[in-house]
Amino acid sequence: MAGASAKQVLFEPIFSNNPIALQILGICSALAVTTSLNVTIVMCLAVIAVTAFSNLAVSLVRTQIPGSIRIIVQMTIIASLVIVVDQILKAYAYEISKQLSVFVGLIITNCIVMGRAEGFAMNNPPLLSFLDGVGNGLGYSVMLLFVAFFRELIGAGSLFGLTLMPTVNEGGWYVPNGLLLLPPSAFFIIGLAIWGLRAWKPEQVEEPDFKMSRHKAKEAF
Amino acid sequence: MAKAKDTVSRTLMVALVLSIVFSVVVSTAAVMLRPAQIQNQNLDIKTNILSAAGMLQSGMSVEDIEETFARFDVRLVDLETGQFVEPSAVGVEDPMKYDMYKAASDPDMSTNIPASEDKAGIKRRPDVAKIYMLQEGGEMVRVVLPIHGYGLWSTLYGFVSLEGDLNTIEGLGFYAHAETPGLGGEVDNPRWKQQWVGKELYGDDKTEPQIQLVKGGVSSDTRDREHKIDALSGATLTSRGVQQLVNYWMGDRGFAPFLQKLREGEV
Repeated sequence: MAGASAKQVLFEPIFSNNPIALQILGICSALAVTTSLNVTIVMCLAVIAVTAFSNLAVSLVRTQIPGSIRIIVQMTIIASLVIVVDQILKAYAYEISKQLSVFVGLIITNCIVMGRAEGFAMNNPPLLSFLDGVGNGLGYSVMLLFVAFFRELIGAGSLFGLTLMPTVNEGGWYVPNGLLLLPPSAFFIIGLAIWGLRAWKPEQVEEPDFKMSRHKAKEAF
Repeated sequence: MAKAKDTVSRTLMVALVLSIVFSVVVSTAAVMLRPAQIQNQNLDIKTNILSAAGMLQSGMSVEDIEETFARFDVRLVDLETGQFVEPSAVGVEDPMKYDMYKAASDPDMSTNIPASEDKAGIKRRPDVAKIYMLQEGGEMVRVVLPIHGYGLWSTLYGFVSLEGDLNTIEGLGFYAHAETPGLGGEVDNPRWKQQWVGKELYGDDKTEPQIQLVKGGVSSDTRDREHKIDALSGATLTSRGVQQLVNYWMGDRGFAPFLQKLREGEV
């Protein structure tokens, strides 16, 4: 990681090293908060803010942190930031914070945040770490917005709450696909997105962990 | 360098400084933002009440909502006797400050509901409920009553608004629930909620609520259609939950004694 340029840390996580698509981190909230784009955007902003500022804070004190308690120190920083973000949302975006409910608090457990603090900010200067946080937050956001786009469009016939295809329940013609509003659909969309991304960038395809050997023994006959 | 920062005293020092700094950050944020948050919560409740009462127009500003809500008379009612109680009886000055859902978990302020009677699935019922009345020129125009109960996944919290005859439903809405989006979550659908308008709670005897959520729709030749609402499609359990909770809260163990007294002008 040493010697990475600002541009690299900011833009690489978006497609080349996407935290969700390549590292398969942060899936939990990707399932939970992607039923409508409005909610997703607020969640994305919250995650970007938390990863960026926790990276910044961890990087600022990185030379002072004793190795034995470094994870606890990172956790404290992240948890405090998440609480502050949650309080701000409750004060200024009450409706959306009600819909996000526990998922803002659960940013604490989002592996991306902790992963970047431990993996990048501990070894890099503050500004670069901050940009890395923003970049990874953006990578997370791109994936979430992609998922939310399809879930809201196909599941509810709308985008950003604006009805594009009036649903039958509201007297229109579109029969919404309820599956898209349920969490499993996010798995399908993320899976398809990863497939698409790896077809576009074949270097992301992982080596198989093991090779299947040919089946030799004759059984049952 | 690596050695120096790993000593015990140094570790304790860092932990202490870190804890102090971040507790200051977190508590400052919490204290500074508290007034805005409380205002949001109050506004949210008022908005929900107005929405159940059909008095919420789109594009109403915060002041409009406050002003409209101020026309309501907030009162506390003892569910057992059906009489009004003074706010001081539940230890608050302003009835708005009384939280009946908090009271429901306080053994001194609530009653256990026997399983056989617990149609709404709420286990405990507060002794005192908070209601909202709108009177105009001495005439009762509408009464908004809080209701809650279990659906499929979650407890649904909402309000039902009754007309001055204390029998005709003027509106119903849930402001908090976690039912399946697209299925049970359709309790929020304005078209579905519209069906409740004009339905009648009670039959001729005015005591037992008769609300039913039925499959297959309600048409002009359905029997007892004044009590029937089309169930939510694909959400049998949420629909059943809504039917049970409305009937529970409008029944004997809920607001029926109060409504009876109010109708006879005894309170």
